[in-house]
Amino acid sequence: MPDEYAVYARGLVRRYGAKTALAGVDFEVKTGSVTAILGPNGAGKTTAVRILTTLSEADEGEATVAGFNVRTHPHEVRRRIGLAAQDATVDPLLTGRENLVMLGELYQMGRGEAKSRAAELLTEFSLDDAADRKVAGYSGGMRRRLDLAATLVAHPSVLFLDEPTTGLDPRARNELWGVLATLVERGTSVLLTTQYLEEAERLADEIIVIDHGRIIARGDARQLKREIGGDHVHVVVVDPARLNDAAVTLSEVTGAHAVIEAATRAVIAPAADGVQTIVRAAQALGAAGIAVEDLSLRQPTLDEVFLELTGQPANADDAGVPAGGR
Amino acid sequence: MTDTTISRPTATVRTEPYRSRGLLHDTWVIARRGLTHLVRQPEQLTDATIQPVMFVLLFAYVFGGAIAVPGGGEYREFLMGGIFAQTVVFTAFGVALSLATDRKNQAIDRFRSLPIARGAVLGGHALTNLLKSMLPIVLMSLCGLAIGWRVHSSIADAILGYALLLGFSFAMIWVGILLGSVIATPEGVTGTGFVVLFPLTFMASTFVPTRTMPGLLRVVAEWNPVTTLSDAARILFGNPNTPVVPEDPWSIQHPIAYSVIWIVAIIVISAPLAVRAYEKSLAK
Repeated sequence: MPDEYAVYARGLVRRYGAKTALAGVDFEVKTGSVTAILGPNGAGKTTAVRILTTLSEADEGEATVAGFNVRTHPHEVRRRIGLAAQDATVDPLLTGRENLVMLGELYQMGRGEAKSRAAELLTEFSLDDAADRKVAGYSGGMRRRLDLAATLVAHPSVLFLDEPTTGLDPRARNELWGVLATLVERGTSVLLTTQYLEEAERLADEIIVIDHGRIIARGDARQLKREIGGDHVHVVVVDPARLNDAAVTLSEVTGAHAVIEAATRAVIAPAADGVQTIVRAAQALGAAGIAVEDLSLRQPTLDEVFLELTGQPANADDAGVPAGGR
Repeated sequence: MTDTTISRPTATVRTEPYRSRGLLHDTWVIARRGLTHLVRQPEQLTDATIQPVMFVLLFAYVFGGAIAVPGGGEYREFLMGGIFAQTVVFTAFGVALSLATDRKNQAIDRFRSLPIARGAVLGGHALTNLLKSMLPIVLMSLCGLAIGWRVHSSIADAILGYALLLGFSFAMIWVGILLGSVIATPEGVTGTGFVVLFPLTFMASTFVPTRTMPGLLRVVAEWNPVTTLSDAARILFGNPNTPVVPEDPWSIQHPIAYSVIWIVAIIVISAPLAVRAYEKSLAK
């Protein structure tokens, strides 16, 4: 087990008073692979990371990281991991270089080695120009790059990245994905949490979807999509007033419940017979006199998978959900 | 920084992690960070710089003329021992504040995820604040010299005086850690610390002799370690102090010994409590 899995967790339970942040989850990260924990705010993602990085103890269950039990050998775990927390991974009052040197020393390197390692990482992450400026003045993207560099100081065997791209603009996010992808190529085992389906799909070998402290689905992106059924027929109507009529028609044709997406003037329903369903839908819509702008057969997006699994859109994150799971 | 190219990171995996360098090494690395913080946030240093100097000047010039020192002598020279003691008691503020701030912005968690010696985070905060507490003592000494305060005793006594002040600082650091661990927010620390510590430094011989205080207050003041620390500093620096009479309680008769007892007692009692409160504040 220890060699095959970088992270191996069984039956993790964590309660905060009356609230259950984790309600018994099992998951693992195979050595050299990337696992993403996907879920909305308050789902228990950060709690899981805190337990695995020895910051919190599970009320029940066991976890092994880099071959060591987090409960009985926390120090051995700490020597072998890198953690990029959601914030506060780096010290805003220190310069980028000072941060990396300090971390190197706290990872028990000699000062000389810590300095040369810092210089190496600053160059690799294109932070040479900003190296001797206070981190407080960094842009979001620069700061995230420094976060990542900080996790790599002591050549960890397992990396924990808690929402690594939250708060970044799309360009900075893309850039960071590129860095993460190269990390993964090098064989580092990574557990990352994210609210972004695209991020999980792009970076992870395995995706674990959690909500309210429970795992509600797992697999790679393709398996997750398959899990909630196959193709969907996707109709965009010209006149929003006819959305209901279109939904009724589509329900009759498919024999299933058609969903209305008012914002995009779309009606979506499962297409059990594939192209045959499309043909029948086109005929029925024409007969009902509903003008159609677009009619297509689609694979569900991960967003739709998530909606199906949790009953809420993936990015309903700021809806006042308390930052539970801390 | 519009187009940044990032070269391939060296995410090589070390088979053997680095060997531990021990508590002192880790404590010093964290203390150095604390000292850097002090230098980069001079506005956070006002409690150690402007405040004590302000107290010296205010009391020397506003109250100085109205307060007579029993037994004679210059009030300004009497005042210095008291303000030294008050400043040393306020050491607790700084450490409580820096600890609460570090917990709030999750820097403590960051340290806890690293392979550092147990105790290094508290040790680092304590060391930073012990070094920081020397700053106001030096500044006040200079300010005192400028307004006419002098050390009239021997060099050995003066060194003993400064050592006693630093010893009390060290004891108050543990009170500060306790305060910073029990109270959740930096704002709460400032408020509570003020309410608890400020009266303590006034119900004492800090600024006025205790002899003129009414009944119960006088008893409290006479046994208040701030009184004896003030008196001990006056004695060791050879400054004017209220003459001791045989009716005075033991504390007033032996202010140096009584202060040392308090230093030891505070450390012995509050250090374990502080460590426990700190660890409890993390257990979440």
